[in-house]
Amino acid sequence: MEVYDLTAHELADLLRRGEMTSVELTGAIFKRIHDVDPDVQAYVTLTEDQAYEAARKVDGERGQGHNLSYLAGVPAGLKDVLCTRGIRTTCSSRMLEHFVPPYNATVVSKLAAAGAVFTGKLNMDEFAMGSSTENSAFFPTRNPWDLGCVPGGSSGGPAAAVAAGEASYALGTDTGGSIRQPASLCGIVGLKPTYGLVSRYGLVAFASSLDQVGPMTKDVRDCALVLNLIAGHDPLDSTSAPMPVPDYTSFLTGEIRCLRIGIPREFFGDGLDAGVSEVVKASLAKLAELGAIIEECSFPHAEYALPCYYLIAPAEASSNLARYDGVHYGYRATPDDGGEYDLMEMYMNTRSQGFGAEVKRRIMLGTYVLSSGYYDAYYLKALKLRTLIRDDFSRLFDQFDAIVSPTSPTPPFRLGEKSNDPLSMYLSDVYTIPVNLAGIPAISIPCGFTGGLPVGLQLMGPVFSEGTLLRIAYAFEQNTTHHRARPPLKGGGPAAPGTREAGGGGGAARQEGGMRS
Amino acid sequence: MSSRCEVVIGLEVHVELHTRTKAYCSCPNEFGSEPNTNVCPVCMGLPGVLPVLNQTVLEYALRTGLAFNCEIASFSKFDRKNYYYPDLPKNYQISQYDLPLCRNGYLDIEIDGATRRISITRVHMEEDAGKLVHGAAGAGYSLVDTNRCGVPLLEIVSEPDLRTPKEARAYLEKLKAILEYIDVSDCKMEEGSLRCDANISVRPAGSTVLNPKSEVKNMNSFRAVQRALAAEAGRMCAILEEDGQFVLETRAWDEAAGVTVQMRTKEEASDYRYFPDPDLVPLVISPDLVEQVRSALPELPSARRQRFMADYGLPPYDAGVLTGSRALADFYEACVGAYHDPKTVSNWVMGEFLRLLKAHNLEVKEAKLTPSHLVEMLALIDKGTISGKIAKAVFEEMFTSGSRPREIVEARGLAQISDAGALGAVVQQVLDANPGVVDDYRNGKEKALTFLVGQVMKATRGQANPHLVNKLIKEKV
Repeated sequence: MEVYDLTAHELADLLRRGEMTSVELTGAIFKRIHDVDPDVQAYVTLTEDQAYEAARKVDGERGQGHNLSYLAGVPAGLKDVLCTRGIRTTCSSRMLEHFVPPYNATVVSKLAAAGAVFTGKLNMDEFAMGSSTENSAFFPTRNPWDLGCVPGGSSGGPAAAVAAGEASYALGTDTGGSIRQPASLCGIVGLKPTYGLVSRYGLVAFASSLDQVGPMTKDVRDCALVLNLIAGHDPLDSTSAPMPVPDYTSFLTGEIRCLRIGIPREFFGDGLDAGVSEVVKASLAKLAELGAIIEECSFPHAEYALPCYYLIAPAEASSNLARYDGVHYGYRATPDDGGEYDLMEMYMNTRSQGFGAEVKRRIMLGTYVLSSGYYDAYYLKALKLRTLIRDDFSRLFDQFDAIVSPTSPTPPFRLGEKSNDPLSMYLSDVYTIPVNLAGIPAISIPCGFTGGLPVGLQLMGPVFSEGTLLRIAYAFEQNTTHHRARPPLKGGGPAAPGTREAGGGGGAARQEGGMRS
Repeated sequence: MSSRCEVVIGLEVHVELHTRTKAYCSCPNEFGSEPNTNVCPVCMGLPGVLPVLNQTVLEYALRTGLAFNCEIASFSKFDRKNYYYPDLPKNYQISQYDLPLCRNGYLDIEIDGATRRISITRVHMEEDAGKLVHGAAGAGYSLVDTNRCGVPLLEIVSEPDLRTPKEARAYLEKLKAILEYIDVSDCKMEEGSLRCDANISVRPAGSTVLNPKSEVKNMNSFRAVQRALAAEAGRMCAILEEDGQFVLETRAWDEAAGVTVQMRTKEEASDYRYFPDPDLVPLVISPDLVEQVRSALPELPSARRQRFMADYGLPPYDAGVLTGSRALADFYEACVGAYHDPKTVSNWVMGEFLRLLKAHNLEVKEAKLTPSHLVEMLALIDKGTISGKIAKAVFEEMFTSGSRPREIVEARGLAQISDAGALGAVVQQVLDANPGVVDDYRNGKEKALTFLVGQVMKATRGQANPHLVNKLIKEKV
């Protein structure tokens, strides 16, 4: 295995044993980025100088015998929706292409304080709206397992980077599945924490009542380690839970005997790919073999989750994204003839030009459902549905320690395959969305392959049950090898070995350095 | 206006709370700083920021609700009011919509000797917006000052219970007095910390229908509110007499022209798309908190007025004026604590003190003259050191310079002449100079004595002890 293929905890051990310095490790990761990112296109912005500076600092402190955080000196990537002081934060939108925040997101500050070496900012669907990263205003990211396929989204950049060895771990965000679905499609671990466990301060809001930041890692231990670093109360976030956080690695016992796991039949119905279904069912058999009690159950309101989500999330987004108006910062439209717009023209042209199609679609949808005369019929009804979905979960968690389903109904799809069909794209998140509506935690872990492409298993638990989910995930992982598989990426060109026939623009390399600052 | 035209007025008042920091971030809440200096990512609405409620805002809002006799909600929440304007960086205002913190209160006002109870619909918390500074005409730009963004506001909405512009003004004065008493706002209309919009409609006297209203804006003083409402009432009553065809509209008061001018009609009204702000958790208000705030409320104007009448034997009018502002009432009570005659104090405070404050355009707290100045001066009068007339001059000088009364009397030689020898000579001179008047007095004309005393006072520049002068004249004549 190459250095870039190692997990964060394996790298941390190398650094602690003095077998490698953080500067050397950082160099290895940037070499990997330079080799494969022209194909994968995971990064929007590289922060090489800052990364070496941080690495030198960690090496210096280690040399002086400082007591460093476990993951200090390990290179990490950040989804470009997390504010970084002095480093542009674009949300992969034209609107914020040149926006440089004057402050750090709380999760960024926490990782920085723990000695993280940030490699750069990772591509995503614009403002986290999408399931394929094709909605990036800059370029699509490709799936390292097949460059002709999407990496999922909206955290496609982080997922692809971690899978391709371009970052040892990354932070993503999840509003309706944006960590779990790309983790599933790229064969990595992705955790959406309980709403309120991780601070949202500095996460550029899409839908405030649903957004959470979470780890995207190569294995479950890394996930627990990163969660340790980012979880906990933040006085800058009113919705952050004021409660102590356990050491999540303490749950990695490998022991899951007698844990009760529910399998909701509604998550195995129409639209589930046969290959995915087969792999997931084999995984359930593995869990049973490890001593868990597996039982089928019902989630009666499952079919309402998607429509409910597509009322609530756009409603909140329409308000959250109102601030991008060209007045204070970000993109501002100016007339081609060199003249001046009046205020209303400036607003309209700025927002028409600065936002992509999917973002505009959701802003219009959200504005509509909050409008006078429609509020009760749409938004209020959606809130009631949300309560019913939460109640479904509550009832199940009276009976089960966790609920398991496929993360995504399909394996990675081709670039361009769904980009003109929003409804079929929205269905990519059909199994992940109920989790956000209920505010509960869920993790996606690699559970096998279909047609050479990764499949993810989703474990869901009651609020603040991250420990239990990590415990089950770890036991599964310790008894399988899927998490050790690495994509057959070679770099240096679009036709990497093992890549399926390039389709849907799969061979079209991004303009090198085009978007990097 | 016609006697058959009844005016119906409701007021919407916004007050800035004088908390130390803003409503949702820790920036200083200060008026008059350099533009865009009291700001941070949160109040500038940068991407990714989140609001955190300043608990003092909640406390002040509760205090206000209780002072206005409101019911306090046990469960309340914040909502977003969505609209685009360049002084509002988020393009939504954090406000309260369907579950305000306080509702169903009232305020008693004194009008022409009678008490009227004005219902208060609701008191809710919200945030202020920034300010636009427009470039010169034709400059083609406006600048935004975001210092005021996120300053905490209360919106206090009355029922349409007010019937005259004068009542509206009395309501505002009482409201301001209470807000000052409970120490939640500076209430300075000129600095914008108290702002008032009025809803007004008219109908035939005796009718209960509500005709389409005008919302009147841009009134920058209590006087302007009264004048604007009088002007708008006049305009509306004329319409009532003519054809009664009213338009729901927003009108701006033009202070210079003394008229209201149409700004927009209902057709252009915004849909604010209110919805619960997901960034702020709902408020659960415990009965304990309400009781804690209630028990810490200071004495309010009405109660203090009653106490001033009972304890100090003041007439209702005096008690009303003196308790009209907390600072004035505090000033008065500090004097009365050190002086035996409350009515004398009242005369000085209501007379000279208020006159000079008004003339110099000062607040009570800004005056150099303190209660101890006044008490010391009153003692000088009682001892006969100065006359009441001289005291007025001393008072004015204390007011302007802040010097002690004794120093002023000494420095300017204002002490009363109470020496019979010295005064005797002056009296003799006056009598010698006015033989005719002396004869009149001898013939029983009492007015002649007053004239002669006056002449002596004039000759001594007012410093003669008037009692002694009287006595000496009577002796000599």
